[in-house]
Amino acid sequence: MPPVISAEGLYKIFGRRPQRGVRELQGGRSREDLRAQGLTAAVIDASFSVDPGEIFVVMGLSGSGKSTLIRMVNGLLPATAGELRIGDEVLSKMSPAQVREVRRRRISMVFQNFALLPHRTVGENAAYGLEVSGMNRSDREKKAREALEMVGLKGWDGYRPSALSGGMQQRVGLARALASGTDVMLMDEAFSALDPLIRRDMQDQLVDLQQRLEKTILFITHDLNEAMRIGDRIAMMRDGRIVQVGTSEEILNEPANDYVAKFIQDVDRTRVLVAGAVMEQPPETLGAGQGPRTAHKLLRETQNSWLVVLERDRTPAGVLWQDDVAEAVRVGQEQLPWSSEHEMAVVSHDTPVAELFGKSAQHAAPLVVVDDEGRFAGVIPRVTLLTALGVIGEGADPSPVPDVPPPEAPGGSAAEDGQLAPTADDRRGGDAR
Amino acid sequence: MNPDDALMPRIPIGEWIDTGIDWLKANVSWLFDLFSMVMDFLIGGLTDLLMLAPALVMVVVFALIALVVRSWKLSLATLIGFAVVVSMEQWETMMQTMALVLVATVFAVVIAVPLGILAAVSSTVSAIVKPVMDFMQTMPAFVYLIPAVTFFSIGVVPGVFSTIIFALPPGVRMTELGIRQVDGETVEAGEAFGATRGQILRGIQLPLAIPTIMAGVNQVIMLSLSMAVVAGMVGADGLGKEVVQAISTQNLPLGVEAGLGVVVLAVYLDRLTAALGNPSAYPTSLLALTQRTIAQRATTGI
Repeated sequence: MPPVISAEGLYKIFGRRPQRGVRELQGGRSREDLRAQGLTAAVIDASFSVDPGEIFVVMGLSGSGKSTLIRMVNGLLPATAGELRIGDEVLSKMSPAQVREVRRRRISMVFQNFALLPHRTVGENAAYGLEVSGMNRSDREKKAREALEMVGLKGWDGYRPSALSGGMQQRVGLARALASGTDVMLMDEAFSALDPLIRRDMQDQLVDLQQRLEKTILFITHDLNEAMRIGDRIAMMRDGRIVQVGTSEEILNEPANDYVAKFIQDVDRTRVLVAGAVMEQPPETLGAGQGPRTAHKLLRETQNSWLVVLERDRTPAGVLWQDDVAEAVRVGQEQLPWSSEHEMAVVSHDTPVAELFGKSAQHAAPLVVVDDEGRFAGVIPRVTLLTALGVIGEGADPSPVPDVPPPEAPGGSAAEDGQLAPTADDRRGGDAR
Repeated sequence: MNPDDALMPRIPIGEWIDTGIDWLKANVSWLFDLFSMVMDFLIGGLTDLLMLAPALVMVVVFALIALVVRSWKLSLATLIGFAVVVSMEQWETMMQTMALVLVATVFAVVIAVPLGILAAVSSTVSAIVKPVMDFMQTMPAFVYLIPAVTFFSIGVVPGVFSTIIFALPPGVRMTELGIRQVDGETVEAGEAFGATRGQILRGIQLPLAIPTIMAGVNQVIMLSLSMAVVAGMVGADGLGKEVVQAISTQNLPLGVEAGLGVVVLAVYLDRLTAALGNPSAYPTSLLALTQRTIAQRATTGI
């Protein structure tokens, strides 16, 4: 499917005669050079595309240009240079009336500080987009009520926004965007003003709504954990430039540069990475119809102490152990020697790594990973699980220093790393040895 | 005489203005006549209306208005204050002044609010309007009376004319301020949902600017009142004329009584318009009480 939003070499420069700034940036001048001339380069050469039904997160610190970028998508700020397409229409070539029409029919927006109208009721606020586009009262009130119900605010239509808590007010903001029935939603730091608990609630609800309604969402945030939680893909922005676009795993595992790497130090990777990403393929698997001798042979060849047995439809049947197999061969048993001690632990491929530790600790056997249809996908032995964390840690620190102590690591990262600090330290200890 | 005279030639600004005024008088006198007629009619009509019922009945009416808009306290104060004015035999003059103030206020607001909106929307208009407003507000108010008398001869019309000019600036300023200080994100929300400029102005900016605009209207009324007294000098009937008469005859009792009338009127109008601009601050007003009852009935009805 063609992308819903696509940006090509987008620039936004504030100041007098911004065009000259674009030329200078293209000619290799830096953002600081421009600042000296009184020009502020907010967005520099940004290219990305958002696919239908995707949650695309633009993540960056304040001043990175992300808010400017999102405002260029619906034309609140016209681009200085570059092309922005909504569907197959170019935004910069539209008349003001056409841009308004795009905002009414295709793109709605949710704001950081809610931007509700205090003199209108919750219901009237939710219906605002429809009112602006000229829908009659009874229709728009009905749609607004539906949207309010969707966000869990049934029965609040008649109240003023000031009677609602922050989280509820933002639900009204969300309902306003939903009610307008656009396929694209822009969310500008939509949850940043909420308390952490409510924020998580809202994130879950957004993901849930997105799956039900298949909206395309462009989400701006400065919180990487939020980005990783809800984003299908993430664009990392710094100083007006997009430095990396990728899934959360890609960003965690292959940070494009030191900046991104430093950023992801703070992320609790075990909640982002899923079983499917850390699992490995066993060298061999055994068909459930085979006997102990074949199992014995495979175990010898692979030098493993266990062997995964699969049914014909590739669903896992169980795990065999070396000792049991050897014993079965010795006594000449025909049946596969299922171990009574080691029952098999099966996990879905999209289970976060954080939830694997408990299972891995309970079972000596490797965790067996299955796909959505329940078919065998791979295994995660304990060693692999621990190694995976080590590798993630490696990603966080792009300058592995084997002999000398890491320059910035101990003081800075131990405090910031939170849960991951011990793991990272272990690894460094290992390196030093 | 003065050594500066040789360096700085005399620029006859005053004479130019005088010439200009004469020209206006000669060429567009129909406009002044029209203005004269409308104002005479409005102020005269309003005064007659206010004097239609017996004074004490009107006192009760004013007290009721205070009760509806603000509180029983203002209502009580109105009852006492206005009754005192009646007993001082200044009722008629106070009604004349009130008519002048109300008419001048309405005209000033009708001019000021659109001008303020324009100034808020366009920085160019704002840059032009600002110094003009400064000029209008700082020029001694009496000066306006001179051309006003030229245009309209003496009476209430030159009074209301100069009152409008003098009272206009805060209305413009506060309207502009009120619109400009509406939260940027809220205006952005309007744009983001595809509202036109007009829709944003009507649906977002103006409603949110109302408290500030009403504060401006309150200022307009206060300035009108102070100017209405000055207007007594050119023969506008009302408390001002009494004050001027008291000055010229060294009549302290009359001066004090007319002055007290101005105070009572000023306090009444000020408190009333303040409450209009910020209704939520006065939960015990009759207006708020009825609104709450209706709202309660609506919610329990569901």
